[in-house]
Amino acid sequence: MDLIDFLIILGRVLATFVLLLVVTVLNVWIERKLLSDMQNRIGPNRAGPFGVLQTVADGLKLFFKEQINPKKAEMGAFILAPFLAVIPAFLLFMVIPWGAPFRIGERTVSLQGTDLNIGVLFILAMSSLAVYAVVLAGWSSGSKYPLLGGVRATAQAISYEAALGLSIVAVVMWSATSGGTGGGSLSLSELVARQSGTLDEVIPQLAFITQFLPRWNVFPQIVAFVIFMVAAVAETNRAPFDLVEAEQELVGGFHTEYSGMRFAMFFLAEYVNIFSMSALAATLFLGGWNGPTFGSTGIVAAVLPTVWFLAKTYVIFFMFIWIRATLPRMRYDQLMTLGWKRLIPGGLVWLLLSTLVIGVRRFGLPWA
Amino acid sequence: MGVISELVKGLRVTGRQMFQPRVTIEYPKVFRDKPPRFHGRHVLNRYPDGMEKCIGCELCAGACPARCIYVRGQDNPADAPVSPGERFGFVYEINMLRCIFCALCVEACPTEAITMTHLFEMSTTNRSDAIYTKDELLMDVDGKVPHMFPDDALANLEELAVADGWLRATAPSGNAAYEGVAQWQGTPGSVDWDPEPDQETRDS
Repeated sequence: MDLIDFLIILGRVLATFVLLLVVTVLNVWIERKLLSDMQNRIGPNRAGPFGVLQTVADGLKLFFKEQINPKKAEMGAFILAPFLAVIPAFLLFMVIPWGAPFRIGERTVSLQGTDLNIGVLFILAMSSLAVYAVVLAGWSSGSKYPLLGGVRATAQAISYEAALGLSIVAVVMWSATSGGTGGGSLSLSELVARQSGTLDEVIPQLAFITQFLPRWNVFPQIVAFVIFMVAAVAETNRAPFDLVEAEQELVGGFHTEYSGMRFAMFFLAEYVNIFSMSALAATLFLGGWNGPTFGSTGIVAAVLPTVWFLAKTYVIFFMFIWIRATLPRMRYDQLMTLGWKRLIPGGLVWLLLSTLVIGVRRFGLPWA
Repeated sequence: MGVISELVKGLRVTGRQMFQPRVTIEYPKVFRDKPPRFHGRHVLNRYPDGMEKCIGCELCAGACPARCIYVRGQDNPADAPVSPGERFGFVYEINMLRCIFCALCVEACPTEAITMTHLFEMSTTNRSDAIYTKDELLMDVDGKVPHMFPDDALANLEELAVADGWLRATAPSGNAAYEGVAQWQGTPGSVDWDPEPDQETRDS
């Protein structure tokens, strides 16, 4: 590995980081604008053209705010928690490919932070780690509302992490049998590469329909997609599953006692997580950066996959906001019922079914 | 499946709202049309000849549920009368912090001396600035109404020339047939407004 390789790695990590930051700043504005649209309001329109810089203004304001330390807080964990929220949120996005690899000279540059061969596992680990931030923040604040929020976060995360994992397992298994080499892979770039082409390559039996469909996992794995989306909304603590920070009951939930930049870091982590989950859904189910290239070459061919990736991600992101604007918060027992009695059994049954289908496709019917 | 159809139903409602016109307006930039009977700040009117209409009877102060009006009457000077009656309002103060803008004072006034305008931008940084005296309430002989904060960027002083419409319980002659007939006053003040178009025929 020489200097240029090192610079390429540095460059793509920085590019991923900057992309995530810029997109997050925009996403806060996009969410506020879309919410205001759906509520017949005007929304932020003061800072910059159409209020685009509203998030920057809010961030600057939070920089200069006092950081209040509650008397009863466990200071070590209290200070640690916001960092624990932000760092996994950023790490999670690092393994998601946000553009097609392209060649410069004799080197191939892949547009993703790093191509881990255990990418899916890494994402599950990071999203679990983010729960520690909420729990620690709730416990260390030394105040009852944050504690209640933290306790809720634990239960909710355990319930929905399982459903999320089950839906991803089904996708990974499906993609293992439909891949070129035949082996399974947890690498996200590999998962994306296996979704290029049209669907009749994997399901030739229904070629009269599937030849017109892209080879995205969402079509054969539609139930897994639904389970993944519900669990992703719960994982990111978004409405209608935002019991962790239910304003009416818990003031602000786990971040009640936080102020200034420490609060801003929780806020940042939440929006980074939403974008990462949208990007993950686009990667696992909607074919990532795959899309028509229109026979383009050069710079257009290098940029077009990123455009497709962002377009798919924003479709999912829009769903997040649309659902938030529509649904009221669920009751806590409803949340648990949905998690344990619907999503997890549903995920298991779907996993079983797709395993059967995969087995039959590979080995034929047992009596044949 | 019931859950899914209900979810889709909800999403359709919010989705449809995205393309509806906005109900909020950018207030200081855009002013919403006020309803004709809007209750803004008060004004003390004059007759066309410049005489004050207030006769210092204190009926407005008596009618006020918030007790925000303070009136002191005084005998008119014989050589230079201020109002056509025997007495005139010597002191007239309204505490706008207490006022609930119910317009009972307007109803109570026997001479239509106190009416309301469409101006409501009266926020102050000082409690004493909220007490409007005759200096701010009484219009000048040309019918122009002064304001406590004439250079207030938000206050559109033209609103002071728009009077609130009000409902006459009966015609001036006491004809019960006029109960509920709306009487719109064009401008506050020195202009005598027209009676209802067919008032004279109906009064006779």
